[in-house]
Amino acid sequence: MDEFDEIVREFLVESYENLDQLDRDLVGLEQEPDSRDLLQSIFRTIHTIKGTSGFLAFGKLEGLTHAGEGLLAKLRDGGLTLTQERTTGLLDLVDAVRGILAAIEATGAEDDADHSALVATLTGLQEPAPGEAVPTAENGPKPARRKPASKRPAASRRSKKSASGDDEKTQKAADAEPKPRVPLLGELLKQHAEIDDTDVAVAMLEQQLGDDRPLGEILVDHGQATPEQVAEALAAQAGVRSGSPAGGATHPGAVTDASLRVDVNLLDTLMRLVGELVLTRNQIVATAAAQADPAMLRSSQRLNLLVSELQEGVMKTRMQPIDTVWNKLPRVIRDLGVSCGKDVRIELEGRETELDKTILEAIKDPLTHVVRNAVDHGIETPDARIAAGKPAQGLLTLRAFHEGGQVNIEITDDGAGIDPAKVAVKALASGLVTPDQLRGMGPREVTNLIFAPGFSTAEAVTNVSGRGVGMDVVRTNIEKIGGTVDVTSELGSGTTLRIKIPLTLAIIPALTVECAGERYAVPQVSLEELLCIEGDQARTGVEYLSGAPVFRLRGNLLPLVWLDHVLDLTAAPHVDDAVYILVLQAEGRRFGLVVDRVLNTEEIVVKPLSRQLKGIGTYAGATILGDGRVALILDVRALARRAHVVRESDSTADAAKQTSVAAAHDGPEPLLVVAVGERRLGVPLSMVTRLEEIPNASVERVGQREVVQYRGQLLPLARLANLLGTHSQDDENGQLKVIVYTQGRRSVGLVVDAVVDIASEAPKSRGEVSEYGVSGVAVVQERVTELLDMEQAIMAADPRFFDAVAAAGAADVSAYAEMGS
Amino acid sequence: MEARQLATFTVGSLLFGVEVYTVQEVIRYQEMTAVPLAARGAAGLINLRGEVVTAIDLRTRLGLPPRPEGEMPMNVVVRVDDEPVSLLVDAIGDVASVSADQFEEPPETMTGPGRALVLGAYKLENQLLLALDVARAVDVGVAV
Repeated sequence: MDEFDEIVREFLVESYENLDQLDRDLVGLEQEPDSRDLLQSIFRTIHTIKGTSGFLAFGKLEGLTHAGEGLLAKLRDGGLTLTQERTTGLLDLVDAVRGILAAIEATGAEDDADHSALVATLTGLQEPAPGEAVPTAENGPKPARRKPASKRPAASRRSKKSASGDDEKTQKAADAEPKPRVPLLGELLKQHAEIDDTDVAVAMLEQQLGDDRPLGEILVDHGQATPEQVAEALAAQAGVRSGSPAGGATHPGAVTDASLRVDVNLLDTLMRLVGELVLTRNQIVATAAAQADPAMLRSSQRLNLLVSELQEGVMKTRMQPIDTVWNKLPRVIRDLGVSCGKDVRIELEGRETELDKTILEAIKDPLTHVVRNAVDHGIETPDARIAAGKPAQGLLTLRAFHEGGQVNIEITDDGAGIDPAKVAVKALASGLVTPDQLRGMGPREVTNLIFAPGFSTAEAVTNVSGRGVGMDVVRTNIEKIGGTVDVTSELGSGTTLRIKIPLTLAIIPALTVECAGERYAVPQVSLEELLCIEGDQARTGVEYLSGAPVFRLRGNLLPLVWLDHVLDLTAAPHVDDAVYILVLQAEGRRFGLVVDRVLNTEEIVVKPLSRQLKGIGTYAGATILGDGRVALILDVRALARRAHVVRESDSTADAAKQTSVAAAHDGPEPLLVVAVGERRLGVPLSMVTRLEEIPNASVERVGQREVVQYRGQLLPLARLANLLGTHSQDDENGQLKVIVYTQGRRSVGLVVDAVVDIASEAPKSRGEVSEYGVSGVAVVQERVTELLDMEQAIMAADPRFFDAVAAAGAADVSAYAEMGS
Repeated sequence: MEARQLATFTVGSLLFGVEVYTVQEVIRYQEMTAVPLAARGAAGLINLRGEVVTAIDLRTRLGLPPRPEGEMPMNVVVRVDDEPVSLLVDAIGDVASVSADQFEEPPETMTGPGRALVLGAYKLENQLLLALDVARAVDVGVAV
């Protein structure tokens, strides 16, 4: 009985694999209805299942696949053409087979489901549709059969009535089945030479009647094939046998004897052991380095290399191409497209990209969800697409590639895109953001609100022309495995979702840092860069925006978090006068983590925390470092949340950082203080979208105006020095410092000499002035500072700025503001 | 009367016992990694042959003053719900054989947080042996 169970299990494993292939082939076939290879492959798969199920006495499965096989045989031989009804029928067949297999897996027997309707449909589909050309000779009975009395039980049990011409061909293929992956010479010759089944059958018959010459020779003798054609076909056949891709008519999923099925549990055990070995290796290497014993040092280095190789090797065994998840998608998209009346084509790039099995399983659902969303909400109906000047067929592109030790997956559709304004309305309505926060956000940041928890639970989300259903779940699942997700969208032309995930979970590269005498590990995947500020900069570099510490990183404000504060540690007095900042990324946002010292990068093995400590939430686990000490692994997401920076700023839209940081705190509106010539000017921080440095050389002229190309658009520039009638100081670097202000889709750039500071305290006094370009004057940080008249400055760069923004239909920014009031 | 085997150890002036079969091993003091923000009583993490184990300081749990400077605790590693947890104690004692007729409810004389962590006391000849409620002792989330 055990042996039988074993056979059934193998049958199930093989059939599942075949069914996955089948889904892909069928959808492929719909695109390419004449492909003989695909039809052949599908036919074989169904035939194999039929044969084995007959042998194992799964009568229903056999009956069902038999009906499908009949249809396939007619399709393969050109007797029928593939219509959408037929494809649907075949896909239904695949589903039904899957259902029966699942029942067999669960109970060991077939379920009670009634498939007679499907069998009838499949049989009905074998009749030519009205108006369809009735095939001729192809459909007629074939004269010869190689082994008339087959030993296969499936064949012998078959009734006489069904032994039509199609069945005989089926039978011939069945005889080929014991080694189904190697195509018969006759079949190959049918493709390589101008011969048909009859010729081959006749030659075979001759063989059986005593002609002991090879098949090819007989055919050459009959003048039906040339010796070259036979040689070619033989080479193709040999190619399939040896597993090389030389074969012309090979089964797409040809496997060879070089592979082996291994129990995943065994691989998990191996992986765990290698993890332990890596730790021990780290310890030995650390000890050896401390001992100055050359022999020991050499051995430890050798060990180091070997263990690394072993680790890589074992990790590879757990790797599977992303295609194992993707291959379900064409079917998903087809079905969804049919059901919502959309025509969508899917393109898969990088399907061989490999990922750890655990991770693959974890991304399966989120990925399917995203793809469904793209078809459901992203891509428009054919009519709407044509009206928008796009091809009727929508395109969904999935790209996977390795980059920097991570796997990137991009899902791009050419649909309607996400309207940030609608997202904003939704987010405001469901109380996810305050109007103040919203005002500070860039379009991209607003778009990313679709990931906010609670966004999707709001009703009528599908009216938002974009995504929005369950995206928070998608993000949570991706982040659970240490990944990140981000969305960019161009209204009217499509949406791209980027997912970054680590290659594996068990062993991760991490940066070790020290804080208050203890070491902590930070996963590299969250780390964007490492900053060390020393000397004067260490004292002045950190600024405070209404009490919130920030660091000015290349013109953008980076909210800072002190690790010792977060962990509630009594900080040892700082001996080192340098400040180390880890620029970290969490939940699509960026913040700086200040630590005492940065130590090392190390491969660490993640160990779970015991029950007593799980509730803290600040740690993702623990690990054992090279010297045997335990170190805690920081959970960057939790840190960000604990430090309350997550809601307040964003890295993907650095744009909004300054304003949103500012908006999150009550008090006077902060001013960006800039220098223009001799003068000190204050610009309301809410009017600063971004600070940029632009090379002088990239400035071009359009008529009287200066422009630069900026993010795919023309950015009109105004030199504040000219506006205010002062002399600009020459910048020795040839770089222009530009304040960018964006409203809606229009941006202007205001050129200043230097960014001096951000002042968050209330101006001491204010006065009115009548000078052009200046709206007032105030004392800020003990110095007289003129307040820039933004409207005039913007008009100087782009006189039509406000008209255009207004015309664009209630500019997003002001629209948000109104909604909030 | 069935005899029970208790592994004994002292914390402060108290003698405690836990069922022998729950004890995985007893090891000397190990270097510990503190866990900031953890509940009081969770003293830190130790590396037990590649496994990360949480150490619970019984002095803290029992509301006793900290160990005097220079005195190193011992680790009694017990398995709770199949997870190893280390109990930090002052010194290790013998294995004591006790019977149920020696057992009594927690003594009236015992007050403070310790009382909740004790199942009862076995009256030995010259001392009381307190039966530690291990599950409660390691549940640092629960205040005692």
